[in-house]
Amino acid sequence: MDTVFFVGILGLALVKATPIAFGAMSGLMCERSGVINIAIEGMMLMGAMMAFLGSVAFDNLTGGGLPPTASLIFGLISAMLGAGLIALLHAVLSIHYKVDQIISGTVINLLAIGITNFVANAYIDPNGIAGVGVFPVISIPILSKIPFIGPIFFDHAPLVYLMLIMVALLQYALFKTPWGLRTRAVGEHPRAADTVGINVNRRRYINVTLGGLLAGLGGAFLVLESVGRFQKLMTNGRGFIALAALIFGKWTSVGALGSALLFGLSEALGVRLQLGDINELQALVLLIGLGLLLLALAFAALKLIRRGADKRSNRKIGVIAFAGLAMIAAALFVNWPPIDIPVQFLGLLPYVATVLVLAGFVGRAIPPAAIGRPYEKA
Amino acid sequence: MSEPVIRLSGVSKHFPGVLANDKVDFELAAGEIHALLGENGAGKTTLMNVVYGLYAQDEGKIYINGREVEIDDPNDALAQGIGMVHQHFMLVPVMTVTENLMLGHETTRGPRLGLLADLDEKKVAEEVKQLGEVHGLAINPDALVQDLSVGAQQRVEIVKALYRGADVLILDEPTAVLTPQEAEELFRVMRSLIAEGKSIIFITHKLKEVLEIADRITVLRDGKVAGITTPSETNESELAAMMVGREVILQVEKGPPHPGEPVLRVEDLQVKDLREQMVVRGVSFEVRAGEILGIAGVQGNGQAQLVEAITGLAPVEDGNVFVDGKDITNLKPRAVTESGIAHVPEDRHKHGLVLGYPIDENLMLQTYYLPPFSKRTFIQPKAVRENAETLVKEYDVRTPSISTLAGSLSGGNQQKVIVARELSRDIRLLIANQPTRGLDVGSIEYIHSRIVAKRDEGVGVLLVSSELDEIMGLADRIAVIYAGEILAMMPASEATKERLGLLMAGVQEEPAEN
Repeated sequence: MDTVFFVGILGLALVKATPIAFGAMSGLMCERSGVINIAIEGMMLMGAMMAFLGSVAFDNLTGGGLPPTASLIFGLISAMLGAGLIALLHAVLSIHYKVDQIISGTVINLLAIGITNFVANAYIDPNGIAGVGVFPVISIPILSKIPFIGPIFFDHAPLVYLMLIMVALLQYALFKTPWGLRTRAVGEHPRAADTVGINVNRRRYINVTLGGLLAGLGGAFLVLESVGRFQKLMTNGRGFIALAALIFGKWTSVGALGSALLFGLSEALGVRLQLGDINELQALVLLIGLGLLLLALAFAALKLIRRGADKRSNRKIGVIAFAGLAMIAAALFVNWPPIDIPVQFLGLLPYVATVLVLAGFVGRAIPPAAIGRPYEKA
Repeated sequence: MSEPVIRLSGVSKHFPGVLANDKVDFELAAGEIHALLGENGAGKTTLMNVVYGLYAQDEGKIYINGREVEIDDPNDALAQGIGMVHQHFMLVPVMTVTENLMLGHETTRGPRLGLLADLDEKKVAEEVKQLGEVHGLAINPDALVQDLSVGAQQRVEIVKALYRGADVLILDEPTAVLTPQEAEELFRVMRSLIAEGKSIIFITHKLKEVLEIADRITVLRDGKVAGITTPSETNESELAAMMVGREVILQVEKGPPHPGEPVLRVEDLQVKDLREQMVVRGVSFEVRAGEILGIAGVQGNGQAQLVEAITGLAPVEDGNVFVDGKDITNLKPRAVTESGIAHVPEDRHKHGLVLGYPIDENLMLQTYYLPPFSKRTFIQPKAVRENAETLVKEYDVRTPSISTLAGSLSGGNQQKVIVARELSRDIRLLIANQPTRGLDVGSIEYIHSRIVAKRDEGVGVLLVSSELDEIMGLADRIAVIYAGEILAMMPASEATKERLGLLMAGVQEEPAEN
């Protein structure tokens, strides 16, 4: 297996991780403020449809007089508004009417499926509406020329970059700004926040709605950067994977990105498996190896940031990193025998491996203490 | 005389079905410690929550330094220089001290981005240290609140109020969670704050503390002001009478014990809590028939798990429990009950009663499956009713009827229902965990007398309490538990508040000569 191939898989993993990371950040916004969000899937689906409709409508209205990118940007805004609107519905149901948040989330998911299927059946499919296309890849000058790193990180369409920027911004905002402090307080101990004059429900409303905008971006990515058109149920469970990434990432955006990358990697390997580029065992070993390496990097970074507060030993991190590298090397240089298992099962394996790596090494994630409970003023 | 810092005039507050404050007048003079004394449910906390803006009053006016003010939320109160330390701390456990202090009132640096500006934790930590040094409130600004002891968390709360510029501090039952030594320390801090020109409202139901620290005392009863006095003009029994509305016997009346054979023997007991931490570490003791063994300790030192393990509610890791010489280790709760143990649990709402059941059904919960309550698998409504009517009368449960839901009774009456159910059975051992927590003086008096009566009938009593007055008043022998171990065992006659307090704080005594 050559480097080009390896780099290709990693770059594809980042692309595949993008909608998942957007979805996870959407969940992060809600759940850190104490509102469970199992409706990421529905919000993304809504965002995807609105991205499509918005970009097509804008294109028709302007009669193609503007460059397609303008239509795509309008689609992006439509996606955020559409998803933001049903996020607002989730907020009204679960904050104002104190509906059980799981039920509210389920309602949103069903509603989104219903609306999008209806619009697709009644309008998009019969009229054979075609999309405006996708955002072009923007190769960042100089950076994209760095060997290995460049093609993986700096040779993508704009939403991938936006996702990376948002992850960093959100991580910073959550832990280093008054907004983050208040958000976390509202999710952990809303009464304490109330007693220092923070309006708990207003904070939650704002966060849930902003979270909807992020989920909209995740949905928009599928249409505007991946497929170029809207298909029924095209989110295909990514919203729920995003929720899992959020939890494995311990309710931080950087952690969620790490988990999303692993899920993205599974997806990328799945694509390659179908193309027959690599062998099944090889893919599994590669996935687990990369997962371990990623974890070791995350642990090391955490240790550097927290200086001393982190109990993980250098040795443990070293062992994980070494095991990861060894498995990657093995995947690349050993000739793996083909195995004979049903192809459906193969599609499942990368996900199982991801869950095993994450569950095995990340440890228990503790959710925000007040999550799921509507705030009652005594 | 200058204007009072806070003056309340005719403040009333209704909750559905309850008049929590009824035209209350209250004054806090500058530089005084004003105790707000009353039983649970007298309306003390409600009144102060009105002042702090958590509730809006239905009637009445609030004056700060002579000016009438509207306090709609805690921000208004903070702006008027009023800070409150709540009984249940308002701190976020997973955040650092610094983060908690600046929450809602953040200090930032760099570009002015409003809510998205950069938090300046270093500067706040510096200020916190300085504030702490002035008043002897040592706290580590970088520690996570969840790692701090209860006493330290309380210091954080006080510093939090001061950091926000409070001139008036409202302390809601601040000593309830402290050892006697920690309470003394708190009083020292309070005096230091007064010397700095602050004023303090001190909410409590403990008479001794009021007499020790307060300059003035306002007593609330049933939401009304029952009297205003000063420590020099009054004494404990007068205050108690004001709180309850009748004469109260504060001292438990009891004769000397007549201990018989051991009924409970606990040998080297080890118990883990839900987080798999060993919280009872090799505890051994005996309770004899006809004596009360008191277990003193600050809450959270393994008492809860000790009681749960004996009563079969939690698994025993190692060691044995014998009742009348019979091994009951790890038996099911029903078998434990049948071996002659009565249990008055710590949390009467969660473990003592089914709040959604009427009183008569609650009164047969432990033995509903036995005659006379059940015959041939059917419940016998007549027996249930008769049992309830007898017990309600005998134990003085104040209720409109026996079919009233347990959840709608007052705390004192709920506890009487539990005590009635447990003591009316034929028992060998009574385990009472915090039997009078949160009760009014009248109910406390009654329940104490019942426990003593049971002892005199020859029942062994294991009393667990974090109230030293209760332990010292009731117990014949006293054990002190700290971090899951019994540090000392002594006859009640040798116990003093100071000695118990030190042991409760984990200070080992010099080993005696033997």
